[in-house]
Amino acid sequence: MIEFDRVTVTYAEATSPVLRDVSLRIEEGELALVVGRTGVGKSTLLGAVNGLVPHFTGGRLAGRVRVDGRDTSTHPPRDLADVVGVVGQDPLSGFVTDTVEEELAYGMEQLAVAPEVMRKRVEETLDLLGIAELRHRALHELSGGQQQRVAIGSVLTAHPRVLVLDEPTSALDPTAAEEVLAAVTRLVHDLGVTVVLAEHRLERVVQYADRVVEVHHDGTVTSGAPDRMLASSAVAPPVVELGRFAGWSPLPLSVRDARRLAVPLRDRIALRPVPDPPRSVVRTRGATALSARRIVVRYGDVTAVRQVDLDLAAGEVTALMGRNGSGKSSLLWAVQGTGARQGGTVDVGGSDPGSLSPARARRLVGLVPQTPTDLLYLDTVADECAQADRESSGASAVGARALLDRLAPGVPDGMHPRDLSEGQRLALVLAVQLAAAPAVVLLDEPTRGLDYQGKRSLIGIIDRLAAEGRSVLVATHDVEFVAASADRVVVMADGDVVADGPVGEVIGASPAFAPQVSKILAPVGVLTMDQVRLALPEAV
Amino acid sequence: MTVGSAARSPRGPGWRIPRALHPVAWWLWAISLAVATTAVTNPVLLLLLLGVLAVVVVNRRTDAPWARAFRYYLGLALTVVAVRVVFLAVFGGDVTTQGVHTLFTLPRLPLPTWAAGLRLGGAVTVEGTLGALYAGMRLGCLICCLGAANSLANPKRALRVLPGALYELGVAVVVSLSVAPQLVESVQRVRRARKLRGGPTSGFHALRGIAIPVLEDALDRSLRLAAAMDSRGYGRSAGTSPGSRRLTAGLLVAGMCGLCLGAYGLLDGSVAAPAGIPALAAGAVLCTVGLALGGRRVVRSQYRPDPWKAAEWGVVLCGLVPAVVLLARLATHPAGLNPSTDPLVWPTLPVVPALAILVAGLAAVIAPPPVRSTHRDTGRAAPPAHGSATAGAPSGSNRQVAA
Repeated sequence: MIEFDRVTVTYAEATSPVLRDVSLRIEEGELALVVGRTGVGKSTLLGAVNGLVPHFTGGRLAGRVRVDGRDTSTHPPRDLADVVGVVGQDPLSGFVTDTVEEELAYGMEQLAVAPEVMRKRVEETLDLLGIAELRHRALHELSGGQQQRVAIGSVLTAHPRVLVLDEPTSALDPTAAEEVLAAVTRLVHDLGVTVVLAEHRLERVVQYADRVVEVHHDGTVTSGAPDRMLASSAVAPPVVELGRFAGWSPLPLSVRDARRLAVPLRDRIALRPVPDPPRSVVRTRGATALSARRIVVRYGDVTAVRQVDLDLAAGEVTALMGRNGSGKSSLLWAVQGTGARQGGTVDVGGSDPGSLSPARARRLVGLVPQTPTDLLYLDTVADECAQADRESSGASAVGARALLDRLAPGVPDGMHPRDLSEGQRLALVLAVQLAAAPAVVLLDEPTRGLDYQGKRSLIGIIDRLAAEGRSVLVATHDVEFVAASADRVVVMADGDVVADGPVGEVIGASPAFAPQVSKILAPVGVLTMDQVRLALPEAV
Repeated sequence: MTVGSAARSPRGPGWRIPRALHPVAWWLWAISLAVATTAVTNPVLLLLLLGVLAVVVVNRRTDAPWARAFRYYLGLALTVVAVRVVFLAVFGGDVTTQGVHTLFTLPRLPLPTWAAGLRLGGAVTVEGTLGALYAGMRLGCLICCLGAANSLANPKRALRVLPGALYELGVAVVVSLSVAPQLVESVQRVRRARKLRGGPTSGFHALRGIAIPVLEDALDRSLRLAAAMDSRGYGRSAGTSPGSRRLTAGLLVAGMCGLCLGAYGLLDGSVAAPAGIPALAAGAVLCTVGLALGGRRVVRSQYRPDPWKAAEWGVVLCGLVPAVVLLARLATHPAGLNPSTDPLVWPTLPVVPALAILVAGLAAVIAPPPVRSTHRDTGRAAPPAHGSATAGAPSGSNRQVAA
C-alpha cells in the first residue's frame, strides 16, 4: 500500500538528512506504529506519505514514495486526498469550517463527491465514530477527544485507503485517548484501512500495532513485528520494560498478555516489602508551603473550580490529575495569583500572591504554563537568561543560566529558543521561573511532547526541586509519569477535588489511572519499573 | 406579519423550521440599505435605520463567534462620528460655513499663506458641528450595514458563492477567518504568561514580549491550517494548463480595471463620458468571461447547498424598498431627507421614507429563525425571540447599543 524506496529527505539549510535511505513497505490493512525519540523525523516520515514532505515543507526528497501506486513526486497532497487522510496533533488547527457536519463534508466537497453520496457518507461516519449527537455543534466547543474523533471522521468521509495520524492522543486525557484509539482500531479491523500512527506514549497503542517502524537518530529506519522490534528499541512502554526485565518471550505487548506471564514474578515480588521509589533525598512531608482555601474560579456561568482546598508541603511532589476541562489549569493559575479567582484565599509564607504585583507573586509561586513558549520572546538562550535575572533582580543567588545548566546541561548560549528540543525549552522556561526562587513550583502539563528519556530527565529535575525543599505541583494526564515522580495525587472532576492521597492509594486502585506495571502486578502495590528493579535486585 | 408562513405550517403560528438564510440574500439586503443610507443625512431617519439593523441582527443572527461582530462595527461607527466632529472643530473642515451660532471659540493658530484654505482653531459653530455630525452618522450607518451583513451571513458560506476562479483567494480568506479569532485568544494567553515572568503587560515595552510569541503562534497555526486544507484536496485542479490560468488572471485584472474606471466615471461627473457606463460594461464583460473560464478549472461539489426560496426573495425585497423609495424621494423631496444645517432647521420625520426604512425591518420576521446550537441541545424548542420581533424591538436595540 505504502512503499518507500531508498528515500532520503534533507531540509533546506540542514547539514544532515532527517531520513536516510529509507526503504519500507506497509501492507494493506496494517496498523503501523512509528516510534522514535523526539525530533528524529517521525513527522517527516508521516508527512512524506501524502507528499506534504517535500511539496509543502520544502527540502529535498530523493528516492520514491508510492502510495496505492501513485508517486508523491508527481502527485501533490491535494491530488492524494482521496487516498491518504492526515490527522495532526492539534485537531483544532486543522479545522476549516465551523460545525461538525460541515467539517465532515469539507473533504468530499473538494473531491466533487455527488451531494446524495455526501449526505449518506456523513451519516455513516457520524455513526462509525460515535459522534452523531455532535453533528450540529460548533467545533471549538467540543472536548479534545471529540475534536480528535471529528478530525478523523473528516478525513474518513473521503474514503481514503490510508490514514496517517501524527500523535493523535498527545493532548488527551487517558479516557479520551482510549476513545480515539478505539475508533482507530475499529477502522483497521472493520474497514481494513491502512493506518500509520506516531505516538509517544507507546503503552496506549503498542498492543494494537501490526508493525513497528522505528526511526533512529541517524535517520535510518527499521521495521518489523512489534514484539521483535520492541525487544531492542530505544523507546519502550513499561509493559515491554517489564517483559525485557523478566526475560519473557515472546514479549508481551498488552497488560492482558503480561498478566498471564507474570504469575511467578508476582509471587516472588509479593514476598518482599514494597520498596520506596528511588529519590535523591528521602522525602519527608515538610511544613506547609502553600495553603489555599475555598478557591472559586468562574468563567461566565461556568464554574471551573468549586471551593477547592489545597495544601502543598515543602519538599513534596503533588500530581494534579483529572479529565480535560476538570479545572486543573484554572486552579493552578488561581493559586499562582495571575489567573482569575472569584473567591477563596491563598497563603504562601503569610501573604496572598493574588494581591501582590506579578513581579512579587512569582517570587512566592512560579508557574510553567501549558505552552511554555509563551514566556519566551528573545533571540537567544543567553538573552532570555539575562532578562530573567533582571526580572528577578537577585532573588536567587544563582543566575538563570546556572539554573539551566543544572536542569539541562549543555544548552548552547547562542541558540534560538525555538530551535531547542521540547525538553530543553521546558528546562529553559523552568530556569527562567526558578530565577525568582519561588518556594512553590507549579507545572501545567509539562510532559506534552516529551519522549521517555525526556520524561526521565524531567523526573530528575522535579526530584532535585523537591530535594531543595521546594513544593512542586504537576498537572498532568500521564499516569506513568505520576507514578514515577509524585508522592501524592489530587484528582479533580468537574471543579471539585474527588481524591487526595498517596500515589499508590489513589492511582494504584484506579482502572483508568493505574500505571501498567501496577495493573500487571496487582495486588502487589508496585507502581514503576524502578520499584520492581529495587525489589528484585538479583533477578536477571 | 408571519401570517403567510404560519398558514402553511401545520403546527400553528410561529412555528418555522430554523435554517440559515442564503448569505447572498443578507448581503443584498444590507447593500440595498447602504445604498438607501447614502441618500440620507436626516439624523432621525439614520437612527431609525440603525434601529432596524440592530433589531434584525439581534433576531436573526446565530450564536457563532462571527455573529457577535456587530458590536465592533457599532463601536467603529461611533469612533467615526466622534473623529469627524472633533476634526471639524479643530481643522474647520469647511471654512465656507458661515454659521452665526457660535458654540465656543478655540484659540486660533495663524498658518502661513501657502496653507490657505486650512484653518486651525477658531470659532466652532452649531451649523458646522451639526453638518459634521450628520455626515458622520451617515458614514457610521454605512459601516453598520456592512457589520449587519457580516454578522448575519456566515462568512465561510458566503465564500462558497465565490466563482471557482477566485478559489485561490479563498485559502487566504479562510485562513485569516480561522486564525483571527484564535489570535485574540492567543494574545490573552501570552499576556497572562507575561505576568508570570513579572514583565509589563501593557505599553511599548510589553509589545515585543507579547507580539513575538503571538505572531509565531499565528504563523504556525496558519501553516498548519494551509497544510490541512492542502491534504484534504483543496484546490484540486482538473487538468488545466498554466496558459489558461494566465488568461483567466489577465481577463480578471483587465475587467477589474474597467469596473473601477467605470464607477469613477459615473460618480465624478467631470470625467470624460467614455469612462462612465461603457467602461463599466466592458469591465463587467471581461470579468464575467474570466470567471467563466476560471470556473471550469476547479471541480467541486457542495454539501447541503443553501437554497434560494421565498424567504430569500422576501428579504431582498425588504432591502430594495427603502433603497428605491429613498432614492426616488431624493429627487422629489430632498428637504426631508437632508435637513438644512445653515440656516438651522429641526430635522423632521418624513413619513414615507420612515415607513420605507421600517419595511427593511420586516426581514427580521421574513427570514427563517437561525439555527442556534442552544436550541439544538434542547431539541425542537421554538426560538424564544420569534414572533415578538416588533415588541422586542426597543430592548433589542438598547442591548446592542449597550454592548
